[in-house]
Amino acid sequence: MTETTPTTDLTPTPGQTVGPFYGYAMPYEHDNELVPPGSARAVQLTGTVYDGAGERVPDAILEIWQPDENGEVPRKTGSLLRNGFTFTGFGRAAVDPEGEFSFSTVNPGPTEAGKAPFISLVIFARGLLNRLFTRIYLPEDTEALAADPLLSSLDEDERARLVATRGADGSLHFDIRLQGEEETPFLRFPSHED
Amino acid sequence: MSPQQNSDVDESAEAFTSPTVIDQPVKGPDDAAESQATLSAEIESIETQYKQDVAGGKKPETQPRLDYRPYRSSILRHPTKDPRHTDPETIELFSPAFGHRDIGTLESDLTIQADGEPIGERIRVTGRVLDGEGRPVRGQLVEIWQANSAGRYIHKRDQHPAPIDPNFTGVGRTLTGDDGSYSFTTIKPGPYPWKNHHNAWRPAHIHFSLFGSEFTQRMITQMYFPGDPLFALDPIYQSITDQKARDRLVATYDHNITEHEFLMGYNWDIVLTGANRTWMEEEDDD
Repeated sequence: MTETTPTTDLTPTPGQTVGPFYGYAMPYEHDNELVPPGSARAVQLTGTVYDGAGERVPDAILEIWQPDENGEVPRKTGSLLRNGFTFTGFGRAAVDPEGEFSFSTVNPGPTEAGKAPFISLVIFARGLLNRLFTRIYLPEDTEALAADPLLSSLDEDERARLVATRGADGSLHFDIRLQGEEETPFLRFPSHED
Repeated sequence: MSPQQNSDVDESAEAFTSPTVIDQPVKGPDDAAESQATLSAEIESIETQYKQDVAGGKKPETQPRLDYRPYRSSILRHPTKDPRHTDPETIELFSPAFGHRDIGTLESDLTIQADGEPIGERIRVTGRVLDGEGRPVRGQLVEIWQANSAGRYIHKRDQHPAPIDPNFTGVGRTLTGDDGSYSFTTIKPGPYPWKNHHNAWRPAHIHFSLFGSEFTQRMITQMYFPGDPLFALDPIYQSITDQKARDRLVATYDHNITEHEFLMGYNWDIVLTGANRTWMEEEDDD
C-alpha cells in the first residue's frame, strides 16, 4: 500500500460520547501516575467535574498530556505499562463517584523561553457528545501568563478558570465546569474548523 | 486506578440497575417513561430544521451537536459558550507515543482472551486511521470496547437481563501499522437497551478511542453496522444531524475481508481532524 493512498472523503469522522461503560476498558493500572506518587518530583493535580446544575459528574474520564519540568516534549512510549522511571507525559484518570480526579505528575516547564507552561487536558463523559479540550496553566509565572495569546483573549474571570491554584503542599487544583455561569473555557483549534 | 475500582463507581443513569425497568418504567432523573414517539418527534423536528438551514445556505455539519436535547443526559453536560479559537502550541502539536511494550500482541483478538470461544457472530473490523490530509497515522494506539452478542456489557452497572459471556470481555487494543491500518477480530455486538426513554435501544456499536500525531486530533467515537433498524430511533447517532456525516460512522460489509467458514468482514476507515504540524517536522521526529 502506498503512503498516500487516495481516499475520496477526507472529512473528519464524527465523534460520539464515551458512554457509561468505559470503566472496564479505558482505565489501566497506574493510568493517572505520570510519576510515582510520593516521589521527589511528584505534584498532585486534583479537581472536580461539575455539570450545569452544579452537580458533580461521576462518569467522566480525563486525559492530560504535558512536557516535563524542562519543557521537553516527551517522545517515550510506555504510558500503558509504566516502569516508574520513564516520563511519558500522558495520563488518564476516571473521576470517582464524587466527580473528583487525581493525577500524580510534574510541573510542566515552558516549551519555549517566556511561554506560559500548561498541561493539555481532554475531557470525555457520558452525556457529552464529543470530547472537550482545555488547558491547565500554572499560576506562578504571571508575566508569561499575561503574555499568553489564549489567556489574554479572555476576560479576567475566564482567565482565572484556566489557571490552577497551588496548594501549600505544592499540589495543583483545577475544577471543570461543563456548563453554566462558571463554565470552563473550552478550546477549538484551527484543524477543528469544518 | 484499577478497572475494578472504576466499575464500582459508575452510577450511570443510562445503565439498567434493575431488570424490572423493562416491564415497568420508573420515573427517574432522566424521566425514562417518555415514549420513543416523543423522542422520535424531537429528533425529526431537529433534522427538519437542519435540512431547511442547509437548503438556505448553512454549512453542512460534520460533528455531533453537543447540545442535543433528545439525548437527555446531554442537557446539563454541554457547554453553552462558544469554544475559544486557539492556535495549538508546542505540546498540542505532538501526541503521546505508544509502543509494542505497551500492548500485548493478542489484544487485538477479542475472541481468544479466555479459555473458551465467545458466543456470537465472529467478525473482523479492519480499516485505516488517516489524518485530514489522507496521511496514515502510524504506530498509534487504537482502543475498542463493546457489548457481547446478547447486548450485555461486562460492566457491573449493566444489569440488563441478557447473559454475560464468560469468554468475552469486549475490550481490545492495538497499534496502527505503517499504512495506518488496524484490525480487530471480535464478536458482533447486540443492540443494547438503555434508559434515555422507555423502550430505548442503542443500535449495535463498537466504541473506538483514537490518537493522532497531534493531541488536538484525540477523539472517541462509535462504529455502527450497516442497515441497523435502530438508526432512526437513536438520539446518540442522530446527534449528528447530517446524514452524510452520520454515514461516516457506519462500517461497510466487505466480502474480501470475510473468511471462508470463519468470520464476516467489515471495513471502517477513520479520518482524524487535519494536522497542524507540517510534515517536515514529522519526519524530523522519526
